[in-house]
Parts: sequence; C-alpha cells; structure tokens
Amino acid sequence: MSKKYRSLLSATGLMLALIQPAMAAEKTEVLHWWTTEAQSKAVKVFADAFNAAGGQWVDNAIVNGDVAKPTGINRIVGGNPPTVMMMNAGKQFGELADAGLLRNLDDVGSAENWKQVLPADVLEAVSRDGHIYAVPVNLQTPNWLWYNRALFEKFKVQEPKTWEEFFAAADTFKAGGVIALAFGAQPWQQHQLFNGVLAGAGGRELYLSIFRDKNPEATETPEFKRVAEVYAKIRSYTDPGTPNRSFNEAASMVITGKAAMHIMGDWEKGEFSAAGWVAGKDYGCVLGLGEQNFLMDSNVFIMPKASSEAASQSQALMAKIMLDKDVQVNFNNLKGSMPVRNDVDTSGLDACSKIGLEVLKDPSKQLAGPDWLAGADMLNSLADVVVQYWATPSQTPEEFAQKYAAVLEQFQD
Amino acid sequence: MKQRPIRWSVYVGLMPAILIVVFAYLGTMIWTVGISFTDSRMLPAARFAGVNQYIRLFATDRWLTSIQNMVIFGVLMIGISLVLGFLLAVAIDQRVRAEGVLRTVILYPYAMSFIVTGLVWQWILNPTLGIEKTVRGWGFESFRFDWIVGQDTAIYCVVLAGVWHAAGLVMAIMLAGLRGIDPDLWKASRIDGIKPWRFYLHIVIPVLRPSFISATVLLSLGVVKLYDLVLVLTGGGPGFSSDVPAKFVMDYLFQRQNIGLATAAATTLLVTVLCVLTPWLYTEYFRRQTPKG
Repeated sequence: MSKKYRSLLSATGLMLALIQPAMAAEKTEVLHWWTTEAQSKAVKVFADAFNAAGGQWVDNAIVNGDVAKPTGINRIVGGNPPTVMMMNAGKQFGELADAGLLRNLDDVGSAENWKQVLPADVLEAVSRDGHIYAVPVNLQTPNWLWYNRALFEKFKVQEPKTWEEFFAAADTFKAGGVIALAFGAQPWQQHQLFNGVLAGAGGRELYLSIFRDKNPEATETPEFKRVAEVYAKIRSYTDPGTPNRSFNEAASMVITGKAAMHIMGDWEKGEFSAAGWVAGKDYGCVLGLGEQNFLMDSNVFIMPKASSEAASQSQALMAKIMLDKDVQVNFNNLKGSMPVRNDVDTSGLDACSKIGLEVLKDPSKQLAGPDWLAGADMLNSLADVVVQYWATPSQTPEEFAQKYAAVLEQFQD
Repeated sequence: MKQRPIRWSVYVGLMPAILIVVFAYLGTMIWTVGISFTDSRMLPAARFAGVNQYIRLFATDRWLTSIQNMVIFGVLMIGISLVLGFLLAVAIDQRVRAEGVLRTVILYPYAMSFIVTGLVWQWILNPTLGIEKTVRGWGFESFRFDWIVGQDTAIYCVVLAGVWHAAGLVMAIMLAGLRGIDPDLWKASRIDGIKPWRFYLHIVIPVLRPSFISATVLLSLGVVKLYDLVLVLTGGGPGFSSDVPAKFVMDYLFQRQNIGLATAAATTLLVTVLCVLTPWLYTEYFRRQTPKG
C-alpha cells in the first residue's frame, strides 16, 4: 500500500518538475545554436555577465541552425516563445516583426545610445519601419582569404591582394604539387565564395545593383562577365574531393599543409585556434581580394513579445548586457568575430580582427551582406544557379548570366 | 437475414484512434494542400494566390531534377535490392556453415541510420580518400571511380548506398519465406528430377509472392521519404544533380522561408504517390478477395 502511495507521490513530483519552468517567469530562456567549443565559450560570456547583473540565464542550445530556427519560430507563433532567440540580421525576422510578435527595442536603444555607437547599416539591418527589433552582437565578413604562412614562405609567394595575384600564387602552388585552394562545394560555401567574388572582382556598384536593386540588366555588364570568369577559373585550383566537403574539413587541409589557401568567414579562426595556430604567425589573412569590401553580416538576438512584466524587464537587461563594451570584446575574441560597437578598446584583439576593424572604419568599404538586402528565397534561388554553374564546366559565362538574370526577374517587387 | 445491431461500444473504444487519424493525419494533409494555394512565406498566411506556386514549381529545374531522381532511385534501388536480397537468401538457405553469423553480418547495415550510412559511403566514394585512392595506391594509376563528383553519376552513388542498406532486410524477409515453403515440394521436385534453378524460378518465386510484396512496400516508403541519406552522402550535389523531392520540400520549408512553394511540392508528391499506389493496392488487396467471397 505504501509503495503505491510512494510511486504516486513521485509521479506527482515529476509532473510538478515538468510544469515548473513555465511558472517561473524570472528565468530567461535563451535559444541559440552556438555549440562548437569556441562558440559555447563565447556564449558563456553573455551568460556570466547576465547572471552577474541579477538575471537568470537558462541555456537552450540546439545543435543545428536549420533545426533551431524553425523550432524557435514555431514556438513564437504557437504562443510559447523563448525569452530571447538568436537570428541572422536582415530580412529573416521581418515577417515576425510585421506580425507583431516581436518586442520593440526602441526604449533600450535610445537609453543606451545605439544610434551613436552602432554603424548605420547595422542599425538598418536590425530595424523594420524605423523601429529596432533585434540586438546585433557581432560583425563578420565571409570574404577572408586565409593562408598557411609556412607554405607561402617555402614557395616564396607574396600575399595576394587582387584576383590576378591570387591566380599567380595559385599557379605556383599547383606547379609545386600543393592544392592551391581548399574548398568545400556545399551550396552555402559555393554561394558565399561567389558573393565574395562579386563584391571583390565585380565591385560595389555591381553588387548593390544585384542584391539591392534586383536589376537583371546588371548581368549583361562586362563586370559581371569578369565575375563569372573568375569564379569558373577558381574551380581549376581545387582538388577532385570538393563535393559536399564541410568547411572545417577544408580548414584542416590548410592546417595540415595539404592546401595553401582557403576563402571563408571569420569563424575559420575558431578552427585555427583549436589547432593551436596564432594569427599573423602561423596563418595570414587578406580581407576581400580585389576591391576590399567588408561584407557585413551579423548575428542578432530577437526578443519575442512576453506576457509578463518580469520577462520584459529581463529582455531589456539582456539587450543592455549583450552590447556592453567589455562583454563585446570578450565575446568576440572567443567567437572569432568583430565587436559591433565602434568605440571599444581594440588592443586585445588578434592580428586579423585588427585588419578587419581598420577596414570597417572606412564607410566606403562597408557593404551590407546579401542577407541584409534580400530575402532567403531569392538568395537561395540564386545559389541554385551558382552551384549549377560550378558543377557544369561546359556552361559558358553568358549562359550563366542569363539564368542568373532570370531569377532576378522573378523577384521584382 | 437479420441485420446485426451496430455495436457502439466498439466505436467508442476506437474513438481516440479515429480522432488521431482525422486530425493528425487527414487534418494536416488538408491544411498542407490549402497552404499550397496561398503565397505564404515564413509564416502560414491566408492570402490566396491561386495556382501560382504550382506554376513556379514546374518552372523550377531543381524540382524536375528531383522528381526524375526519385524515379531513378526508386526503380533501381527496389529492383536491385529485391534481386540481391533474394539471391542472398537462397545462398544462405543452402544450410551453409555459420549461417547465424552471415545472417547478422548481412542484416547489419539495416540497423544503421541513414546518416551513418551516408557518411561512411561519402568517404568510401570520395576520390581523394576512398576506393579510387586505394586502388591507385596499389599501382593502378589510371583507375577511376569518381561517380560521386559527376553530375550524371552522383544519383547512382545514392542507389549504391541505398542497396547496401536495404538488401539485408530483403534477405531476412525472403529467408523467412523460404523457410516457410513446404518441404514436400522440395522432395517432389527432386524425385521428378527438376533442375534447382527451374524449381526456384517457377515454384519458389510464385510461392514467395507475398514476401516480395511486403518487401516492395517497405522499400517504396523509403524511396518517397528519402532525405537524410542524400543530405549526408551528396548534399544534393554536385550542383543539384542528386536532389530528391523530400529535400526540396525541407529546403523551401525551413531554409528558404517559402512555405507556399514547399507545400505545393509536398502536395504534388502526395498526388503522385496516390496515383501510382492506388491502382496497385486495389488490384493487390481488394480485387483478389472478391472471387473468394
């Protein structure tokens, strides 16, 4: 008899334990997908600072962004949102804001003077109809060229600054039996590389007329033809094992000396650091081959509308903490990206981040990333054309330009 | 003849199951079809858009490629798995030694998830890591096995991995069928001096018909929902040459934030499957019963 009661009691206890998180409103659930070693250390900076300021951080990390994002969106739509959720800047959260599901952060923004300390493009990317709906926490660019310094010294190759110099260097490595460019031909990597070429070899004007103006005629210019040719030429400097290779496998080819160079975003530094490499000593970095543009991309956190006053207050606290000067430096050093504020102390940053910040100071080199200018549907439809071009050596630049223009045609507003 | 009274208690007992079927299966299906006629993007919205999504869908190269790949994969994977599984079952049925070990080894791939299968085969088929490199290492410098990097051949790599995964299951089903065959048939055939291959072809295969059907049904379910294997093995590439419908739907649903197009694709898939399956199921399960009754 007593046994029966005990099991009943423990069952009730279990149920209470399950219900409890929903009742305790002061707990702040943060949904994100930063799970690699470097990333989770970086997230811990936020958590520690938040807890020290009197909040209670409840971590909800989901391994894959493509899983985490729909999970969070479903919960927001279903009325049981996480208190804070990670997102990409740009058009992605726009629809949620339009549906009135996100908290307006104008109050925190004006109290913390965000208009002065954040770059205008960044502020634009987290706003919708003039209201701020997300907290940007870092800046990164996908068009870095990383290289193995030991190999560069062995082959007496100078750091390339333009695409011509890049191909000259690549020829030297190819002749010497080293894979010139490590590459993983997954759609996102191919599209990212192409956009880097577009901004570097094609230039600012062309880039903006494609992603911002969605102008199909831009593909008929000589600049676009050059972009298509450069992109196709890169193909011949990669090895046959590229299909479906992940970016960290490609990074490890540079680390082991199998390949000399790799074009990838700031997060590459996480792989290098994990291998014990130091920026400027073991590896070098060049930002934006050709026209040096910083293709701004940012991770942001959105705050779904909360029902309780307490949750709303902890959201305001979270927004304040994430953009704190010291938190910004510590977080971005661990994450491998750059602080989004323009008034932080830069002495603690690594050699490559310093280059990036130097470039960022010049507004004519700041360029909004594709995600800030166009929706996911259009970008991925363009990516389809780009990956097809890469996989089909027989396709001419003219045919490619036609297909590219056809997609732009489809997305005229 | 007196009509039997309706036994309400049965329906009350079945109520939970009926509710689940109506709301969880039929309800979501109807909802999906409904959404496909709207221009929903990230969130489902009730903005009617007619058949626009279907027009765009069938103008998309990637969708047409993925449908074609599903047919290639389905026909080859089911065909080869059935033949191979049957032959393996026959071989094991010869009362070989260590039968238990062999059975386990052959069935083992089926116990692996598609993610693991895909990853393993991705490495085996990668020309810079796997078979090609090994054979070249043995001195055959001109040896080529780079299907996975070719646009026209990548889908056959998916077939290869699919067969490797499924053949063991077919073998197990066939073996169970073979063990169920009346021993007297064997004796009779031996007395009549019938050659073994003729015995298998004309007696065993017709007797195993139900086993073949259940294996085919199980495998074809796998064909329609094929997703994770492709994702890991080829990522749908090179280009989108090895894409499949399920991956197309998932991409548009979650990455591309175009629920309208994704549900249009899912609806097309549903209709296709119904068109193929309905006549076949009808002949298999319903028509044959009528003469008996």
